[in-house]
Amino acid sequence: MIGLTHYLVLSAVLFSIAVAGIFINRKNVILLLMCIELLLLAVNFNFVAFSRFLDDPAGQVFVFFILTVAAAESAIGLAILVVLFRTRRSINVQELDVLRG
Amino acid sequence: MALHLAIVLAPLAAAIIAGLFGRWIGRSGAHCVTIAAVGASFLMSVIVLLGQLEPGALPQNETVYTWLVTDGVRMEIGFLVDRLTALMMCVVTFVSLMVHVYTIGYMHEDPGYQRFFSYISLFTFAMLMLVMANNFLQLFFGWEAVGLVSYLLIGFWYTRPTAIFANMKAFLVNRVGDFGFLLGIALLLASSGSLDYATVFAKAPQIAQQTMEIAPGTTWSVMTLACILLFVGAMGKSAQMPLHVWLPDSMEGPTPISALIHAATMVTAGVFMVARMSPLFEYSETALSVVLVVGATTALLTGFIGVVQHDIKRVVAYSTLSQLGYMTAALGASAYAAGIFHLMTHAFFKALLFLAAGSVIVALHHEQDIRRMGGLRKHLPVTYWTSLVGSLALIGFPGFAGFFSKDALIEAVELAGRAGASYASFCLIAGVFVTALYSFRMFFLVFHGKERLDEDARHHLHESPLVITVPLVLLAIPSLVIGWPTIGATLFAGYFDAAIFVMPGNDVLARLGSDFHGAGGFLLHGLTGLPVLLSVAGVAAAWYLYLYRPAVPEAIATRVAVLHRLLVNKYYFDDFNEKVLARGARLTGGALWRFGDVAVIDGALVNGSARLVAWAAAIVRLSQSGYLYHYAFAMIIGLALLVYWTLGGV
Amino acid sequence: MASFGLLSLLVWLPILGGIVVLAVGSGAGGESRRWDRWIALTVAVAVFLLSIPLYTGFDTTTWSMQFVERMPWIPSFSIEYYLGVDGFSMPLIILTTVLTPLVMIAGWDVIKARPAQYFAAFLILEGLMVGVFAALDALLFYVFWEAMLIPMFIIIGVWGGERRVYATIKFFLYTFLGSVFMLVALIYLYLQSASYSILDFHQLPLSHPEQIAIFIAFFLAFAVKVPMWPVHTWLPDAHVEAPTGGSVILAAVLLKMGGYGFLRFSLPIAPDASGSLAAVVIALSLVAVVYIGFVALVQEDMKKLIAYSSIAHMGFVTLGFFLAWSIQAGTGNLPGIAMGITGGMVQMISHGFVSGALFLCVGVLYDRLHSRRISDYGGVVNTMPVFAAFMVLFAMANAGLPGTSGFVGEFLVILASFQANIWYAVLAATTLVVGAAYTLWLVKRVVFGPVGNDRVAGMSDLNSREFLVLAIAAAGVLLIGVWPAPLVEVMTATVDHFVQHITTSKL
Repeated sequence: MIGLTHYLVLSAVLFSIAVAGIFINRKNVILLLMCIELLLLAVNFNFVAFSRFLDDPAGQVFVFFILTVAAAESAIGLAILVVLFRTRRSINVQELDVLRG
Repeated sequence: MALHLAIVLAPLAAAIIAGLFGRWIGRSGAHCVTIAAVGASFLMSVIVLLGQLEPGALPQNETVYTWLVTDGVRMEIGFLVDRLTALMMCVVTFVSLMVHVYTIGYMHEDPGYQRFFSYISLFTFAMLMLVMANNFLQLFFGWEAVGLVSYLLIGFWYTRPTAIFANMKAFLVNRVGDFGFLLGIALLLASSGSLDYATVFAKAPQIAQQTMEIAPGTTWSVMTLACILLFVGAMGKSAQMPLHVWLPDSMEGPTPISALIHAATMVTAGVFMVARMSPLFEYSETALSVVLVVGATTALLTGFIGVVQHDIKRVVAYSTLSQLGYMTAALGASAYAAGIFHLMTHAFFKALLFLAAGSVIVALHHEQDIRRMGGLRKHLPVTYWTSLVGSLALIGFPGFAGFFSKDALIEAVELAGRAGASYASFCLIAGVFVTALYSFRMFFLVFHGKERLDEDARHHLHESPLVITVPLVLLAIPSLVIGWPTIGATLFAGYFDAAIFVMPGNDVLARLGSDFHGAGGFLLHGLTGLPVLLSVAGVAAAWYLYLYRPAVPEAIATRVAVLHRLLVNKYYFDDFNEKVLARGARLTGGALWRFGDVAVIDGALVNGSARLVAWAAAIVRLSQSGYLYHYAFAMIIGLALLVYWTLGGV
Repeated sequence: MASFGLLSLLVWLPILGGIVVLAVGSGAGGESRRWDRWIALTVAVAVFLLSIPLYTGFDTTTWSMQFVERMPWIPSFSIEYYLGVDGFSMPLIILTTVLTPLVMIAGWDVIKARPAQYFAAFLILEGLMVGVFAALDALLFYVFWEAMLIPMFIIIGVWGGERRVYATIKFFLYTFLGSVFMLVALIYLYLQSASYSILDFHQLPLSHPEQIAIFIAFFLAFAVKVPMWPVHTWLPDAHVEAPTGGSVILAAVLLKMGGYGFLRFSLPIAPDASGSLAAVVIALSLVAVVYIGFVALVQEDMKKLIAYSSIAHMGFVTLGFFLAWSIQAGTGNLPGIAMGITGGMVQMISHGFVSGALFLCVGVLYDRLHSRRISDYGGVVNTMPVFAAFMVLFAMANAGLPGTSGFVGEFLVILASFQANIWYAVLAATTLVVGAAYTLWLVKRVVFGPVGNDRVAGMSDLNSREFLVLAIAAAGVLLIGVWPAPLVEVMTATVDHFVQHITTSKL
């Protein structure tokens, strides 16, 4: 029987993969955006799982919110990415260090 | 009240009209309006004086308006008119009127004609405010206001570097005096709770009982301290040593001013003030001794300098210093009336001497060096005779105004029993000889002997116009005769009883008065005295040295070169002030600024903390790599710590 | 007292006016530009006229707040919109409303770059300054206090001289640093009293250590503003770089906020701490008078010299305020305290006129020669006699000549300080000599003498606009000097109550 624990473990694994992706990845900003999506999905998993477990639909409503925000966010992220590529001719993460102190 | 107000405000109004609207009313407009105002002031002052002379006339003390009230202290503007004030008012307005008339001639080519009239009228206003004050606030106002006008007038020819140096010097030296004066006023307020003469004087006996500690362990009588502080103010204004340095330099101003301000009226303000404060000074034997010694020292030492001066106006200026010393010494001997009496006669003959000097200067086309004069007697007859009158009055020649006042003064000092009196009377008597010497040295060098004029001056040589000679004559008359009718009244008949307070034990004039039997008797008595002898000897010495054997003075000068240099350099007071005090102040300021402000506060503290922040930031910024994954990593570690911290606490 | 929102009007009318001027002036068209100055001046004059009832309707017999306006603002923190004036703030508000139109007239043709923004900045600044003086709610006060920095920052930073960036940052950091501590103190007081009303703070009992901490926090804010030695070095830089109008407002009004802050916060909220620390403050004030006087003597830059002279004169203000405890300890009774505080207040008003006028004079010279160096001038009187007359008048007022306003405050403070300690008076009175020395030396080098150089020879005398400005300032200087009673009267009741309050221990 697949219980709550399994869902949580899956979520944690997804989250860890995403986190690892964020800071192991040094090449591509698109990968970063995908990892962020993955983070949010991991959280969504948790929400849905707990919603079922606690029998509270509010969790699922939250998931919808998050999905919407995530969609908007990736749209903006990709837009920034396009602009970035236009000006710098590169989306290599290692070369993006304009914020260095 | 209305009369008194009119006396004061008329010159002020005239000054404002001549000053602000001078361009529209023109030259004649300016002198007409100011002369009319000062003339009216003079006439009204005479009315006031006559009113005060009536038997049983009481001093009038009245308030014009309340300046401000704070802390229960009412500070008011008001007038105290008694005989002392009335006499001063007449002297001030009369000399001022003469100077106004004289100015028409003296300044008639000057582009600043209207401005000049505006200033001298303003001066008259300020001086009247000073003498008519019934409280310390107004006294201080008048005190500083005459200083302001003096500043403006010394620097009247503002393009001359010497003039604008002299006026700043005059103002600053006066300010040193005012520094003491203001503290004296503050002390009196602190101990009596009022700025009103009447209240303060009434409390004088109580104040005399008070003591205070200035430094721990030293006890000072409040009254002594207050009087000495007030006298510091008088030393500034009346140019007593060591605050005398500004007066000779003030001769950079136009001559009418030297006559009005720096001889007859403003410089006597200190003398007037001490006389006015007699109810306070009388309670402090120490303060009176200080006054006596300072006055006597000034009288003698500045006289010596007069002997070696070559500028005609400076000789008269040093003579003024010396005479102010005489007046001050009289005050110190509790012979206030004698001081005031000498002040009055001096006002006439010194104004006369200055105006005569001015007449000579104009006649020689602004030549002031007496070495380039000589033999002017036949060219300038009116000036010659009036100068002679003035000089004789100055040296106290029997029968002239100065004789009565100076002789009475010297005798009073001799009788004074307080500390320093014998020193003072020695100085004053020796001063008589010196006075005669420098006065007639100048007189002989200017009017007698060979003509040493240069061509330009000889070409312009002519007797001055009527507007100049008439004031000379009008001033010569009182210089000649004013002593006769007034000596008995002012000194011995209790004229000043209501205005001046003298302790019975100190009253030297009363003792002097016990043998007084009219002016004639005084004259006869004086003829046999040492002062008259010395003054005649001084004239004779001047004649011998400067007319008969003109080579002798130079020989003496080389013989006692050290002494001569000391006198020519005016005892090095000016050098000390400029090289030590003025330079010291600038160096201090520079050091405080460069070291204190720029180096320590701005450099070390302000920019130092800025540098500290920059340094810390330089280290911290190394953690800002700019790489997204570093930031993300840090965030996650932070998050993990936060989670651990919040959950671990449960 | 019946209130119809007069104070609100005085605060918000200039701010709204400033916004209107900004809107009108921001258009690129030439047509609208002509109107911005007139709108600004009209508003400023209207504000001045509106402030007159503040004086005429002022009840001089009471110390309580007048023209009060009070309504909730942020009720959950009991923050209120609470305005009112007493004898301390009312004269300062009038000073502000008088000087703002003068500054505008002085900058009329002179400001070529972005004139609309310049005038708007001054209008907004005026509203905020009135707000500072009128606010009786501590947080409202703080908002105005900090907001005021913004227009001032802009005025110096945009229309300033060469080193304006350095000066603005220094000015901003200095004042901001002090204010932050004040905010902490205000919040602490709120937590203790559950109110942001300043008047409630006055009544709040506090232990001695608490008072000391609060006093120091306030002191940092106000001492910077006054400014007191040794936190004064922002002032010369700010003055030197500020445009004329900025210098005038800075010297005339902004410095007064520090003095006002002492009266409104430090002394009444922490009277015992003020008493314990009064000796320190007096020492710093006397250092300001003497030390800064000497420093002023050697300045080569006219504005710097006047700036240093301002610091020395403001030393009298703090000296007068903090004499109370030494007088109380020395004589055991209270006369003299009120005199010192009154003297400090009068000195603030007078200094507003005198230093403002001196900066205007320097501005007049600067507009002609574009130099502030004293050595570039000399003999100005030959070409500008009318100007020279004004300059000498203001210089004399700066040197404290009786009959001018500069005398009144110094006189009262010296009289009062004598009651406390003779040496205080002696040191304070040195200004008579030193103050006269630096002022007259300035006048001698700039105004008198033969014409200094060809550029001075080509200078033209005051035009009617400049004449008007200086004449109004001169009228103020002489009026206060000759008859200070109307000014002193409005503060008497407040001062008397204040003396009672601060000499009563809170412990």
